[in-house]
Amino acid sequence: MSEQVVVSERAPPLKKVGKGDTLLQVRNLRKYFPVTEGILFQKAVGHVKAVDDVTFEIKKGETLGLVGESGCGKTTTGRCILQLERPTAGEIVFEGVNLEKLDSKALSPLRQKVQVIFQDPYSSLNPRMKVGDILGEPMRVHGVYPDSAERNKRIAELLNYCGLPSKFADRYPHEMSGGQRQRVGIARALCLNPDFIICDEAVSALDVSIQAQVINLLEDLREEFDLTYLFIAHDLSVVHHLCNRVAVMYLGKLVELAESDELFDNPMHPYTRALLSAVPVPDPSKEAQRQHQVLKGEVPSPLNPPPGCVFHPRCTLAVDSCRKEIPPLRELRPGHWVACTEV
Amino acid sequence: MPRLLEVENLKTQFETGAGIVKAVDGISYYVDEGETVAIVGESGCGKSVGAMSILRLIPDPPGKIVDGRIIFEGRNVLELPDSEIRKIRGGQISMVFQEPMTSLNPVLTIGLQLTETMMLHLGLSQDEADKRAVELLGMVGIGEPERRLKQYPHQFSGGMRQRVMIALALSCKPKLIIADEPTTALDVTIQAQILELMRNLTKDMGVALIIITHNLGVVARYAERVIVMYAGKIVEMGTAKQVYHDPHHPYTIGLLNSVPRMDLHRGRRLVPIEGQPPDLTRLDEGCSYRPRCRWAIDKCAASFPPLEAIDGSQIAACFRKDELEKDLKSAS
Ligand SMILES: Nc1ncnc2c1ncn2[C@@H]1O[C@H](COP(=O)(O)OP(=O)(O)OP(=O)(O)O)[C@@H](O)[C@H]1O
Ligand SMILES: Nc1ncnc2c1ncn2[C@@H]1O[C@H](COP(=O)(O)OP(=O)(O)OP(=O)(O)O)[C@@H](O)[C@H]1O
Ligand SMILES: [Mg+2]
Ligand SMILES: [Mg+2]
Repeated sequence: MSEQVVVSERAPPLKKVGKGDTLLQVRNLRKYFPVTEGILFQKAVGHVKAVDDVTFEIKKGETLGLVGESGCGKTTTGRCILQLERPTAGEIVFEGVNLEKLDSKALSPLRQKVQVIFQDPYSSLNPRMKVGDILGEPMRVHGVYPDSAERNKRIAELLNYCGLPSKFADRYPHEMSGGQRQRVGIARALCLNPDFIICDEAVSALDVSIQAQVINLLEDLREEFDLTYLFIAHDLSVVHHLCNRVAVMYLGKLVELAESDELFDNPMHPYTRALLSAVPVPDPSKEAQRQHQVLKGEVPSPLNPPPGCVFHPRCTLAVDSCRKEIPPLRELRPGHWVACTEV
Repeated sequence: MPRLLEVENLKTQFETGAGIVKAVDGISYYVDEGETVAIVGESGCGKSVGAMSILRLIPDPPGKIVDGRIIFEGRNVLELPDSEIRKIRGGQISMVFQEPMTSLNPVLTIGLQLTETMMLHLGLSQDEADKRAVELLGMVGIGEPERRLKQYPHQFSGGMRQRVMIALALSCKPKLIIADEPTTALDVTIQAQILELMRNLTKDMGVALIIITHNLGVVARYAERVIVMYAGKIVEMGTAKQVYHDPHHPYTIGLLNSVPRMDLHRGRRLVPIEGQPPDLTRLDEGCSYRPRCRWAIDKCAASFPPLEAIDGSQIAACFRKDELEKDLKSAS
């Protein structure tokens, strides 16, 4: 009991953040991983520039999609926001507070407000714990619902919110289907009453019919609890469906950022265009008429990214300057940012 | 186009501790020479087992093909001696799997793996096989083929390995390629590269393609005909246009309504299929989709509805298939 009071005393004074205010700012975020060689005497031989100068913000109540191909730095961005990874440079500002300036004690109440849902519910749920404990444990540790009867009531409530019967509290993860486990993962993210949830490929592993159930659940919870999402995914159709704004990453860089409708109707960066054109739509008549612009080559290694614009080796618009200078993000239409000088 | 493959009433089962899994439960379909047919359906509905049965690649025990005929170029594959089926595998019929790492030998060079099969199946000399291997890698878009042939699978990226698999699948001039989720593990832009490549090469060479996928977009873009499976059975089949624009099985309708779509306006509420797919060890004689079906009536519990013609080449297995359309129209 007393612990709960102490925790709230340590919390930094927080501005009340209302709908439409800025909830999270990511400023010039960089995360470089050293690459080492040698077994006994490891020496750094270079860096993987997993995230390289990424800036965006998320407003309270919105869902920002983060898309891009495997290895482009989506998860690393999310992990930096969650403070699971220490940024090489740049700032993460949550509710006006720069997280890097906080010690771990001061960080704790903020940690509660930011939660994550992973792709693979199986590996992220402790197989030896019953669902009730998976949900109850963080509540107990953080002093949310310290009374065990109330806590159990809350667990039942959360399970119901997520479309599971309350008796699932007695089940183990392996006794459930993939879709049910993902619901438990979502319930766990909700159990500390967060404001902000990072969904990292949260529906990617699910079958279409189950995926639709979980997408609807995420939408309902967003309404019900006034949640803000950072929705990381490689499936553009899901992102189109769920997100208000979308950020596109390529090889550690943010290449385009716009409102969803604007981005999908009027993609400007050559990479975004190719990406959208690569996604087939479930309509044979439309497909028969669509232009299929197939992108040549593969994503270069982040260990040795190309100089200038990282996309230039695969780009049909590239000119000399693209090979030398990094194109800045420019606002080409209101709210529509593009890192390309040739559009 | 002449018939290439005819699957008749195929049943494949697995004996497990929990009971007999009726993984494939009486499916019949055909593939004509040179055409692309897609098989769609949720995880566990029997797509892979059905395809593996064609080449008799079912692990026995626990699996067994318990009934049916698989007629390939006029012969019943299920009755051929092992020596004959080995000639067909990797010869007239080849496969491309989701994870090429499991089907490529990690300790042999790409070149050796390519030439070995060609020498075996086509009776080429080493020189001839080497020459053709270079050609094949070029065809699937791998630069510097001579150098690449000397490399091992781990020196290739995921997309490159899938290109190698396609080269391998094409190497012995097959009549049919079975591609089981060939691009699921790959990024969208690489997925598009690989599918485009497969389409162009199979069209140029007149090879028929069975593509197994759960991605309804991939089917719409690449397949001429579609087979929809649910719980071990075919519930609907037709041309892609028929099945997508005029579905006649509640499950097909459910699938189409549950996918998020980039081509429709945002803010549309998805209509998921409620509930879970059934346990394949506990199927009764009724329609296996009925617990999730909003059109289910008493009759659906009594027997599995037969696949009946809608019009032309489209067929569906639903007692109420002719009422669905009217019902959907009045609802919207
Ligand atoms: N702990 C680490 N040590 C070294 N390199 C790392 C580490 N974590 C990530 N990386 C590298 O950083 C880059 C970005 O990885 P990240 O996981 O953020 O990509 P992603 O966009 O989430 O990809 P995916 O879609 O495959 O999940 C990759 O090249 C990855 O290999
Ligand atoms: N070796 C096996 N032993 C027991 N059951 C099996 C075995 N192989 C497959 N099955 C079962 O057979 C059914 C059909 O499996 P299959 O692999 O064909 O599904 P699928 O449609 O290809 O699914 P996915 O989309 O996940 O690949 C499943 O219920 C599966 O559990
Ligand atoms: Mg990731
Ligand atoms: Mg399969």
